[in-house]
Parts: sequence; C-alpha cells; structure tokens
Amino acid sequence: MRFGVVRFPGSCDEVDALLACRRFGDAQLLWHKERDLADVDAVVVPGGFSYGDYLRAGAIARFSPLMESVIEFAREGGPVLGICNGFQVLCEAGLLPGALLPNRSLRFVCRQVDLVVENPDTAFTRACAEGDVLSVPVKHTTGRYHAPGIPEEQVVLRYAPGQNPNGAQDDIAGVCSAEGNVVGLMPHPEHAVDPLTGSADGARLFESVAVAPVA
Amino acid sequence: MRVRILIRPKQGILDPQGQAVEQALHALGFEGVHEVHVGRLIELDADDASRVPEMCERLLANPLIEDYEVLPGEGAAPEEARARAALPEAEARRAA
Repeated sequence: MRFGVVRFPGSCDEVDALLACRRFGDAQLLWHKERDLADVDAVVVPGGFSYGDYLRAGAIARFSPLMESVIEFAREGGPVLGICNGFQVLCEAGLLPGALLPNRSLRFVCRQVDLVVENPDTAFTRACAEGDVLSVPVKHTTGRYHAPGIPEEQVVLRYAPGQNPNGAQDDIAGVCSAEGNVVGLMPHPEHAVDPLTGSADGARLFESVAVAPVA
Repeated sequence: MRVRILIRPKQGILDPQGQAVEQALHALGFEGVHEVHVGRLIELDADDASRVPEMCERLLANPLIEDYEVLPGEGAAPEEARARAALPEAEARRAA
C-alpha cells in the first residue's frame, strides 16, 4: 500500500498524516504544484490552512495542479481521505457534498471527541463496525458542516450525543462520496494513532484502506 | 470595467458573526438594530464583465452557503474619497 499525502503552502498536519500512513504502508508527500500522483494507491489531503485559507477555507487550494489529478483519481474510484482543511478542500472541489461554516461559537475548538461510526462501508471505515466509538481530537474554527438533504448513507461519522463541537448539522463529523471511496472529516485521526497521545483509534481509518483495498 | 461583488451568507443559514456584531451594537446602545449579517465585498477590474457571474459560481462565492450580487458601476472612487475624507475626523475622535 502506498499513500500520498498532499502538501500545500499552509498545510500543517501533513507530517503526522505521513507517520499515520506509514504504520500501514509506504507514504510520501505530494507537492501541490505537481500533477503526478506518483502511482500511489490512496491520497490523504491533510489539515492546515492551504493557501492561507484566503477567500474561504479550501477555495483556492481546490484549483491547484495536484488537486486536478486528485479529482481525476477520485473520479476513477481511487481512495481519498480529507482531514479538517482537507475535508474543506474536498467539499469545495465537489468530491464531497456540503460545505463547512464557521463554528457556531465563533471560537477555535481543540478537544478530544468521541465519534460514532455510522457507515462502515467506505474505503476508510472498513476496519470498523457500525456503532464503534472512536476517540479522536478536533481542532478547528470552520467545522460546522452544512449539507441540506444529504443521504443518510453518506454520513460516515457522527459526534457522540452532546459532543458536537461546532454546531454541525445532525452532529455530522464525517461524510463520504456516493461511491464511498472519498471520505472527509473534521476530526484528526492522524493525531490519534499512538496510545502515548491518549488514543490510537484514529489509526483504524488508515488501517481500513490499507488492509481492505477498494475492490 | 470596475465591478463590485457583494457576497453574503445565504438566507436561513445561521450567521454567528452577524449575531455577535448585533450584540456588540446593542451593547454600545444602538437600540433597534436587527438582522445583522456580515458578508464581504470583492472589487475587481474586468475586461469582460459578462464573465463575472461565472467567476462567482466557480471561485468567488460558494453558492451552497453564500448569495452573491454583482454590482456594476463606475467604481468605488466617490465613496472611497468620502471615506478618506472622513478618516482624519474619526482618528481625531479616537485620539481624544
């Protein structure tokens, strides 16, 4: 399994994502100006502030040369995971439904949350069962998910009852494309891959795509 | 051609920024202020202003969460000049 982790100017979680991927395969960084995905088997779009998040979070990054290749890769069924800013980028790119709005509190939130697996039938949740609870941190200011009319089967992860940190619609923390190969979430599974940091639950997402490749 | 594009949160979407500004205005004693919303204004010179709506759809606004309005015109010069003229007065007020 070879992972490619996207690096934009302003990315800041790409190294943690790289280390998380390396627990389950090889991983390399992919620079935003390249068009070549280097034959990777899965792409991770990490957190941060791509292109300064000017205009709207993810709005400009979505047009980078590399993202054109990522969009093509996703449309062909390749597994793509967007984390936090990466989730915003994938929504702006139209690979995932909906949009992310400023937190209801207008405050930056940084805390550990419990996520309930709603859909284990995606490229990044196959190692989980429905109802599994994953402890993973969130850290964002623009995480209020908004997608009127999103089909229930595209809801992959929900914040556990009472733990919605941002006012997201129906406690939605993560969603997938209609085909299930593209997944995006606001919480940071790459920061929860070692018991040393309190939880290794986030590793399950990387494990999912590595041990059960998309058919 | 100078074009101004007004972008604001779509109606019905919770706008906590607008609410915060509204509360601040109330706290300053500005009674009778309601429905405050914060958007943004983009100004640009476009050789072909007919392409501006496409720019809005593709990049400048996210139609899922934002409404946009293209305001054609000769530009912002008169208002800018007024704002600049008012500035020294406002600064003097702040300094006092």
